[in-house]
Amino acid sequence: MSPVFYLVSAMTVAGALAAVLLKPLVHCALAVTVAFAGLAFLFLSLDAQFAGFAQILVYIGAVAILIVFAILLTKGSELPRDGVFSRSWLAGVVISAAVFAALGWAILRSAWTLPHEAAVPAVTVHDIGVALVDRYVLPLEIVALLLTAATIGAVIVAMHEKEGAK
Amino acid sequence: MQAATLFTPQLAASPIAKILWLIPAMPIVASGVISLLKQPRRKAATVLSIGSLSFSLLLSLIAFAHVVAGWAQGAAVCETVNFTWFQFGSTTVDLGWVLDPLSSVMLVMVTFVGLLIFIYSIGYMAHDENYTRFFCFLSLFAGAMLGVVISNSILLLFMSWEIVGLTSYLLIGFWYQKPSAAAAAKKAFLTTRVGDIFFLLGIVWLFAQTGTLLFYNHGAGSIEGWALTGLLAQPAALGLSAATAIGLLIFAGAAGKSGQLPLHVWLPDAMEGPTPVSALIHAATMVAAGVYLIARVYPLMQAGALAGGTTPALTVVTWVGASTALFAALIAVAQNDIKRILAYSTISQLGYMMAGLGLGGVAVGMFHLITHAFFKALLFMGAGSVIHGCHEEQDIRKMGGLKSAMPLTFATYGIGMLALCGVPIFFSGFWSKDAILESAHGWPLSQAPFYMLVFGAVLTAFYMTRQISYVFFGAYRGHNHAHESPRVMTTPLAILAFFAVALGVIGTPAWPWFRAFLDNRAADVSLHAFAEPAWLMLLLTSCVIVVLGIGFGWTLYGNKSPNAEAPDALERAVPWIWAVLRDKFYVDEFYGATFIAFYEWWARVADWLDRRVWGGAVAAVTWLFGLWAQLNRFLDTNVVDGTFDKGCEEISTGGGLLASIQSGRVQNYLRILALAVVALVAILIWSSRP
Amino acid sequence: MTPLASYLLVAALVFAIGLAGALVRRNAILVLIGIELMLNAANLNFIAFWRYGPHPEALTGMMFAIFSIAVAAAEAAVGLGLVIAIYRHAQTTDLDKMNRMKG
Repeated sequence: MSPVFYLVSAMTVAGALAAVLLKPLVHCALAVTVAFAGLAFLFLSLDAQFAGFAQILVYIGAVAILIVFAILLTKGSELPRDGVFSRSWLAGVVISAAVFAALGWAILRSAWTLPHEAAVPAVTVHDIGVALVDRYVLPLEIVALLLTAATIGAVIVAMHEKEGAK
Repeated sequence: MQAATLFTPQLAASPIAKILWLIPAMPIVASGVISLLKQPRRKAATVLSIGSLSFSLLLSLIAFAHVVAGWAQGAAVCETVNFTWFQFGSTTVDLGWVLDPLSSVMLVMVTFVGLLIFIYSIGYMAHDENYTRFFCFLSLFAGAMLGVVISNSILLLFMSWEIVGLTSYLLIGFWYQKPSAAAAAKKAFLTTRVGDIFFLLGIVWLFAQTGTLLFYNHGAGSIEGWALTGLLAQPAALGLSAATAIGLLIFAGAAGKSGQLPLHVWLPDAMEGPTPVSALIHAATMVAAGVYLIARVYPLMQAGALAGGTTPALTVVTWVGASTALFAALIAVAQNDIKRILAYSTISQLGYMMAGLGLGGVAVGMFHLITHAFFKALLFMGAGSVIHGCHEEQDIRKMGGLKSAMPLTFATYGIGMLALCGVPIFFSGFWSKDAILESAHGWPLSQAPFYMLVFGAVLTAFYMTRQISYVFFGAYRGHNHAHESPRVMTTPLAILAFFAVALGVIGTPAWPWFRAFLDNRAADVSLHAFAEPAWLMLLLTSCVIVVLGIGFGWTLYGNKSPNAEAPDALERAVPWIWAVLRDKFYVDEFYGATFIAFYEWWARVADWLDRRVWGGAVAAVTWLFGLWAQLNRFLDTNVVDGTFDKGCEEISTGGGLLASIQSGRVQNYLRILALAVVALVAILIWSSRP
Repeated sequence: MTPLASYLLVAALVFAIGLAGALVRRNAILVLIGIELMLNAANLNFIAFWRYGPHPEALTGMMFAIFSIAVAAAEAAVGLGLVIAIYRHAQTTDLDKMNRMKG
């Protein structure tokens, strides 16, 4: 594997780790942005350009901002009194470790059946667009509906309640 | 004794025999209805009781006429209606009734005298507030007595016998608020009970021996031929046959009811009851039930007798009867209560009846029973009239000179007294007593009963004269103004007086109709009988008796008016004998010192046993149970409840523990989810391994 | 190790870290961050398999990832909106304190 891969992977993992380990919330938000960016690079290295740029646009451009807004709106910038880690954090760590162990074991055990090298897929954005309205038109429409509902829902949920309203 | 029957037996039940059961049933039903009346209704009670008894009288007369008609045609009427009450195994318990001369005569007497006394009671009890209860009991008695009369089953007879005893108790203790009345009732019941125990033994033995309860059952009855020979052959004890033993046991029952010598103590005390009760029950009917019983089972008593001879059972009956007659007559001489004199007189006359049965047979005894019923009822009712007129005074020393104040009572009482004394020719008492004396004179075993009975007759005349002198002659020694009784009371007196005279006609030797009727023989009129030397001797004897008795009595008491406080003339003469006679030969005291004392001691012992021994046992068991209960409670609280509670606590705790999974915290849920997914993946991997 | 395997491992690692974050941290927003990380790791898995799979011209993996990104964005919006609403109500985003559903 190329050194670029290792570097980007390290960045991603570091960003993720930082996101879960840092105490100030804003730092976590920024760290997860780094992780998103790392993942975008990984997409690009996998010749999934569209996915990579979509990742940058959506995740870093929208989700991360959303997270920062939420942190700000919930006064997350102040450090909490009781500590950032839950009382039974060890259970969580153990479980995650178990999950990683299971996944890792599955991957490593079946590694030899996976292909070594494959040709670069000749896929263009045009193909993606055609597929969206051809084969995947239904999911497209549903996702559109979902996004509408989510938007409206998020607005309603987060809206200030009017005084005297139900 | 009894000659062989020349008449043909008539056994088929005629219509009147079939409805004979109505005769006792009507008064009993009337009694039941009266007892159910909500408030005491005098008119209803009177109408019911007198109406039912009149109806019974009517039926009795029809039955009597039927039997007489049969007798006139030469038939020996013995119609039975028997039925099975219940059956267990091969033994049957039968009940039934019989219509024969004996029962028909008794039926007419009981219903007729009963009806007259009922009518008399309307006047006598008019001022009593328990009038209705009186008539209820009186009707019940009448029904039960009639049941005794018609009974063909010895069990039915015993049941009616017991009800008669019960009503006697109820009526003697009618004024139960008086302690003396309550005590007298109890004494009567207990004394007759002693007799009844022996009676019951006799019944059981008879039933066991003969296998049937019925007297007459077309030849298969317990006192008919086949059964009697069996009883005679069966030896009992002391060389007696079973027939004799059973006869003696039954006589013991009769002795209790009819006040024979050792069991006579209840009769004088029974005078605590109202006078109509004394008249009906303790003169005419109930006490006669014992005599009737012996007459009914006479074939049993007489079984094995040779012609003209006697049996051990009848010998005993004779001796007991004669002794009672003399004993009671002696006591009557020294009594001062008008009813007590009559009571002892009744005991004495009952002795005569028993002696008559033993000496001369059914007809002799029964004839005296019938005549005695009439004149004794007359005397008692007359005494009641006197008591009523003297405003409830009963001591003869406080009466006197009432012949002018109460003429009708005096006249009828006089007739009754003369009949009782046996004044010759005109009075029925003479004819019946004469027959008894005649039989006594001809008794093969001994002349002693004859002399006892003669002496008894002298004493009877003596004490009756004494009583009449005290009550009706001389000057009035009482405090209240005496008056005659109302017509409702004096009319029955008159009717009874008539019969006291007229009944003699059917018992004379010239026309021995009564005897022939009962013995199922033909009766011829033969005036020659009056000319027989034996009879003339007897007539002379009776005249001597009467003259001696009345004369002696009149001389001593005559027209004198003795002071109430002064001692009696006879008492002055022989004070020591007088004291013994007045105190009734100390029989009651003897019983009190022996039987009663023993009984009280035994009752105390039983009480101690009951409280200490049995009660202690019960208490011990109770204590054990209490202990057991405590143990159970301990187990229940600690073991069972403890276990249960502990279990519930565990479940509760467990539930609490389980509930803690639902922490409400999302992260916990997430964790568990993740864990489950890991586990699932592991399983999948594991299962897909080659 | 094949390239695919390495990518998958990275994805697994990021996934585990994201899961750890979701399970360990107190703050609700950090849980959402963790979830985003997990989703991203899954996306990486999809793309990796698309790239090294038999038929990349079918675009299955790519489509999945794209749709996943879209849905994740919507879900993030709604989730954060919920967190804000909860914060407004309970004045805290501490998950340890939110046990109204307890029992």
